[in-house]
Amino acid sequence: MQEHEVQMHVNGKVVSGKVESRTHLGDFLRQSAGLTGTHLGCEHGVCGACTVIVDGDAVRSCLMLAVQADNCEVTTIEGIAEADGTLHPLQEAFRNNHALQCGFCTAGMITSLHAFLSENPNRSETEIREAISGNICRCTGYQGIVSAAMEAAEKLAKR
Amino acid sequence: MKASAFTYYKPNSLEDALGLLQNEEDAKVLAGGQSLMPMLNMRFVQPETIIDVNGIDELARISVTDKLEIGALTRQKTLAKDPTIRQHLPIMQEALTWVGHFQTQSRGTIGGSLCHLDPAAELPMVALLYDAELQVASASGIRSIPMQEWALAYMMPSISHDELLTKIIIKPWQGSHGYGFQEFARRHGDFAIAAAGCLIKIDNNIIEDIAISIGGVEDVPRRFTECEDVLRAIKYDIDDIKMQVLKPLSKINYLDDSLVTGAYRRRLLRGLLIRAVEQAAGRS
Repeated sequence: MQEHEVQMHVNGKVVSGKVESRTHLGDFLRQSAGLTGTHLGCEHGVCGACTVIVDGDAVRSCLMLAVQADNCEVTTIEGIAEADGTLHPLQEAFRNNHALQCGFCTAGMITSLHAFLSENPNRSETEIREAISGNICRCTGYQGIVSAAMEAAEKLAKR
Repeated sequence: MKASAFTYYKPNSLEDALGLLQNEEDAKVLAGGQSLMPMLNMRFVQPETIIDVNGIDELARISVTDKLEIGALTRQKTLAKDPTIRQHLPIMQEALTWVGHFQTQSRGTIGGSLCHLDPAAELPMVALLYDAELQVASASGIRSIPMQEWALAYMMPSISHDELLTKIIIKPWQGSHGYGFQEFARRHGDFAIAAAGCLIKIDNNIIEDIAISIGGVEDVPRRFTECEDVLRAIKYDIDDIKMQVLKPLSKINYLDDSLVTGAYRRRLLRGLLIRAVEQAAGRS
């Protein structure tokens, strides 16, 4: 079995390990880095739960091999809040707007919206709905999530 | 839902990649991975070798002369924002608004879309409208394939196991013309149930030239030449066009499955086609 030494910056810390060629980034983050906040749902790119940020871009961590993320900067849900535990405006807004119930999709929602709003926080509701059209939530009916994203976008735009 | 084991190579030059393709018996090329990775995870494909071409920078360039040359590894997100594409090929950016989600466009590539050749994929439909030329390379040389000869059968492009798609060459239409792209999917970003693209040139209210491509309705995306032939050189009158398209639409062998019936696809395509033509004419 072919293995590779990989090293990446995950949430600002160096993480290294040995991975099989076939191991995708999501499994590496959960199993080797111990970051189980990233959830694996469908593992074929449809549900969006496993979304993480690689070198600034939101990507499906199930559709990228761990070996491909060698030397990359990776941000997972664990890296969104401040180091002292202060919630990011998106997390704050999710709490205020009841934007989660079971929480399975939440990590992917937040990482997706984080990348999307970091590029430009001035977004319309339609654009926000489009941005999370690749993230499936089975609990909320999306209304709370959209309200939270709008609230956070407003805050981020003023920063 | 985990890929079976494979050997992974990441060549840093085209030459090395082509050498690997020549020597490896059962290899798959990994570009953006937005189609191949799901197929690996679900074990629809279990190749012995994966050749990751993401390290070959020369495959990710866009250049323009009288033609646009788009490297096969150019990411969808790059195409969606590139000013050269906006200027010369705005329909590609319009079509991209329908391609997956921004999280898949981060990695998905134009070459990947063309080689995967899903019947409902949008980028092959754009390439078809312009009769794009696809350049493929192998250890023994380079060959060019016209887009209309690219699709051999369902998800089977005209490329052999030792070849790599390197660039897509598109000659934009000259002079005043318009473009339209319409699609319907149950969820935004999913593959289309039906889609239609159109380029139109109207002079003195006469349709001087027209190109139409259709996707999602048959095994492969294709140019709808039967329809182009009845519309070319007639007066631009949308009510008349609505009648003229009925006959060619009735001759399509529509995909018919448990989720979407052929009759539904036919009704959808009719509406989308008319809208695409109207949209294109409105912009010409």
